[in-house]
Amino acid sequence: MPLSRRRRARIIRGVQYGVLVVAVVVLALVADWHQLRTAFFDVEVAKALFPDIITTALLNTILYTLLGFGFGLALGLVLALMRLSSVPPYRWIAITYIEFFRGIPALLVFIALGFGVPLAFEVALDMNVTVMLSLGLVGAAYMAETIRAGIQAVPKGQTEAARSLGMSQGRAMVSIIIPQAFRIVLPPLTNELILLTKDSSLVYLLGLALNQFELANFGRDALNEHKSLTPILIAGLLYLVITLPLGQLVRRLEARTAKAR
Amino acid sequence: MSDVTTDRGAGGAEDAPAIDVRGLRKAFGELEVLRGIDFSVGRGEVVCVIGPSGSGKSTLLRCVNLLEEPSAGRVTVAGTEVTDPDVDIDRVRRRIGMVFQSFNLFPHLTALENLTIAQRRVLRRGRPEAERIGRANLERVGLGDKATAYPAQLSGGQQQRVAIARALSMDPELMLFDEPTSALDPELVGDVLAVMRGLARDGMTMLVVTHEMSFAREVADRVVFMDGGVIVEQGTPEQVVGAPSHERTRTFLARVLDPAAAEVGEVADDGAAGRRVDR
Ligand SMILES: Nc1ncnc2c1ncn2[C@@H]1O[C@H](COP(=O)(O)OP(=O)(O)OP(=O)(O)O)[C@@H](O)[C@H]1O
Ligand SMILES: [Mg+2]
Repeated sequence: MPLSRRRRARIIRGVQYGVLVVAVVVLALVADWHQLRTAFFDVEVAKALFPDIITTALLNTILYTLLGFGFGLALGLVLALMRLSSVPPYRWIAITYIEFFRGIPALLVFIALGFGVPLAFEVALDMNVTVMLSLGLVGAAYMAETIRAGIQAVPKGQTEAARSLGMSQGRAMVSIIIPQAFRIVLPPLTNELILLTKDSSLVYLLGLALNQFELANFGRDALNEHKSLTPILIAGLLYLVITLPLGQLVRRLEARTAKAR
Repeated sequence: MSDVTTDRGAGGAEDAPAIDVRGLRKAFGELEVLRGIDFSVGRGEVVCVIGPSGSGKSTLLRCVNLLEEPSAGRVTVAGTEVTDPDVDIDRVRRRIGMVFQSFNLFPHLTALENLTIAQRRVLRRGRPEAERIGRANLERVGLGDKATAYPAQLSGGQQQRVAIARALSMDPELMLFDEPTSALDPELVGDVLAVMRGLARDGMTMLVVTHEMSFAREVADRVVFMDGGVIVEQGTPEQVVGAPSHERTRTFLARVLDPAAAEVGEVADDGAAGRRVDR
């Protein structure tokens, strides 16, 4: 009378597939295919986006991301070294910075830098500088912790070997420890780059001129113009063009590290 | 600093022993690892340090180039007091080669780059000169063909020989070895010991922590037996290894030279040795 465990499993799996099939069929019947096509895959609208969506939007996304990443990486390295310093105030400053910028929304930083600073200090920052600071200040907090972990993961014997050759603490750090630490943290840093690529869309808050549009902003603008979702779809796909290869790179790097251990 | 220790200025430093250790003590928190060590190594002398695990051999070696900060006592290397707080320790360290049990090669650099980086960054030698010296030292340890290999591509024995060549490239006045063959497969030990024999023959001053009794007997001018943070006895290899005068030395040697036979008495020995040192 009781079902064998294997039969019961087979029935449960059958039911799950059944539900899926029903859902797909219902969706296919209910959906208004014509409207969906014009909304998402309007060829005329798509054509109108090119080449600007590549030459302006995609390039700006890459530019903003690299600006933020470069600044964030440099500041993150400094913070990581401060965090590991034997001088307590340096450690306190680094910890405070990291906790602060990890704890607040990036949005606030953008608003503060885009509107707060110009109003309060009556200076007009260059757009690229504002983007670099906004993305980099937050990114640095995350990267600092990643880099610190990487530095601490380098075996102590490496420092000892370097010091026993007469290298100073700083020289050992620069020539021996940091290069190895970066190898270790390359995968998480690449992940950080992926996150920054997406966060670069926040620059819309800064109020961009046409030639400063990046993908998200460009897509939104085109959406208003054409009353079609096609630009959003294409902008999304172009983000994937950047992030998917990076994700692939992370997996390759992780595999390499796993093999080297 | 050497003005005080020598009465003939610079000439005096030339005559000073390569290493001179007086009243050396080292504690890690509560744990007293070195409890008053006095000894010295003459120029061109090869001294082997033997003793049971945890007796403080590594710590003693690491106090010589200040990888460990002594708690008390004085360490002088070639006339320079390294325990003097005002001494530029990086300057002293470049004159002291150190070889570690775990090699500690820089894995992100090729064999040759391992040999040149400190020459260039510390001694400020130009790249051609550093590479010439580096290649000569790789040749010297029998690895002239491995210049472009990364450490991960080398066997343990080859890595350790590169590590020796790396230390030699700094033209050190003396070399410290901390169990250089302990991490090696038995069949790779010979190559490393052969290199060390060659160094000793060339007149290098060497302080070697080792469990290789045949090496100690054959190469050492003097053998030091340590236990419980003190030097129990020292003398020629014939005296210390051949005819030890202390019970602790005899027990230790019995265990090292014939591990099977000593297995039985091990627990009792450790207890006895520990107590004797503690009280
Ligand atoms: N950094 C450290 N902090 C705390 N204790 C330490 C430290 N380094 C060494 N010790 C302790 O000091 C004692 C002596 O260590 P040391 O490495 O000098 O012994 P050893 O004679 O070299 O032993 P072995 O033959 O196992 O290498 C050990 O009990 C060890 O646990
Ligand atoms: Mg040791």
